[in-house]
Amino acid sequence: MTTILEIDLGPLLPAFPEFIAGIVLFIIIWYVLAKKVVPSFEATYAERAAEIQGGIEKAELAQAQAAEALEQYREQLAGAREEASSIREEAKAQGAQIIAEMRAHAQDEADRLLAQAKAQIDAERAQAVQQLRTEVGGLATSLAGKIVGESLDDDERARRTVDRFIADLEANSQEKV
Amino acid sequence: MGLIGLIIPMEGGGGSEDSHWPPGVHSFDPKPLFPDAGMDWLNTYLLQAVVGAIIVIVVWLWLAKDQKVVPGFKQWCGEQLYNMVRNGIGRDALGYEYKRFTPYLLALFSFILVNNLFGQFFLTMFPTFSRVGYAYGLALLTWLLYNGVGIAKHGLGGYLKLMTVPKGVPWPLLILIIPLEILSNFIVRPVTLALRLFANLFAGHLVIIVFVVGGTLLLEQSSFLYAIAGGASLLMAFPIFALELFVGVLQAYIFTVLTAQYVASSLAEDH
Repeated sequence: MTTILEIDLGPLLPAFPEFIAGIVLFIIIWYVLAKKVVPSFEATYAERAAEIQGGIEKAELAQAQAAEALEQYREQLAGAREEASSIREEAKAQGAQIIAEMRAHAQDEADRLLAQAKAQIDAERAQAVQQLRTEVGGLATSLAGKIVGESLDDDERARRTVDRFIADLEANSQEKV
Repeated sequence: MGLIGLIIPMEGGGGSEDSHWPPGVHSFDPKPLFPDAGMDWLNTYLLQAVVGAIIVIVVWLWLAKDQKVVPGFKQWCGEQLYNMVRNGIGRDALGYEYKRFTPYLLALFSFILVNNLFGQFFLTMFPTFSRVGYAYGLALLTWLLYNGVGIAKHGLGGYLKLMTVPKGVPWPLLILIIPLEILSNFIVRPVTLALRLFANLFAGHLVIIVFVVGGTLLLEQSSFLYAIAGGASLLMAFPIFALELFVGVLQAYIFTVLTAQYVASSLAEDH
């Protein structure tokens, strides 16, 4: 180089072996670092980043699951509330129906008892009337016989008179009723 | 000279005492490992560079071994360093394409850092990159890298246009701009990259030699005032060491950041 530039470079003139040695040594270091050291560090960094990323994703997943569970729980709660209110409504309706049925039933029973009583009374009255008719006929006949002094028992006219009387009585009594 | 030999064991020894003072370019002369074998290139600085490379490789392999998702202390430390280069330098400069260049940037930063720290390490006491050849080598690789990825992305014509013709410049100015851009992007960039690294370490090491060797020589004089001056000089060497420690880390960082910036400018859609 001195011959080209024709000046004395002093300490700036490189020793050629040193120039080569510097380059060779540096390339060796470069190669080793590029093949072994840097990949090792980068792999660790990538692994670390993946782990952190994975942790975040896991947390997000857990959060989503929790939110979903909460939503389900709320839905269930709302469903349960709705169900309870519908059951209540139904019970109320049923209660009203039962009361109405009971009332109708009671009414029927009362009507039936009343009708039965009325029928019984009618029957008893008819029976009493029948009994009375015979007895009153007998009594009246005997009474009349005693009054007129002769027996009217076998008399056809007497029987007709009694029957007419009784029929009048019945007519009177039925008008009164 | 026993003390000097201890402190700066790799300081171009072999010569007579007088050759050490005053310190200069000769202080950086290589010392062959086998002086009689005629292999001058096999010197202590080469050994140093090789050891530095081995340290870088072994330490990174060790840090990368048995990695777990939840890091232990060793892995945590490794990740801090790795992230500083990967995110702090690569991702900030290169955006979404940064992952391809992480190995390069990491290698660059580690290799320069270890070799710069050799300047303060008691067994070596010499920063490898104060030998300009190593700095040229790395600068050449960076130059090849950023031009290579630019051409790969935009094609040769597209890349040259991107690099030399800034957008929105009126055409008469282009006559001026294009040569300047060529000079700046293809020549000045790699040269400054190499010289910045080299000159910082060269100068720093020279200053340390001045303080340490000069102080020692003053102490050896049979004069009271010289002895005081020599002591002060040796004491001053410690802050200088601290400064050089800082400069070494800073230069490794700057070289890496600028490489990332150059690659980013090659990959950019617009200049």
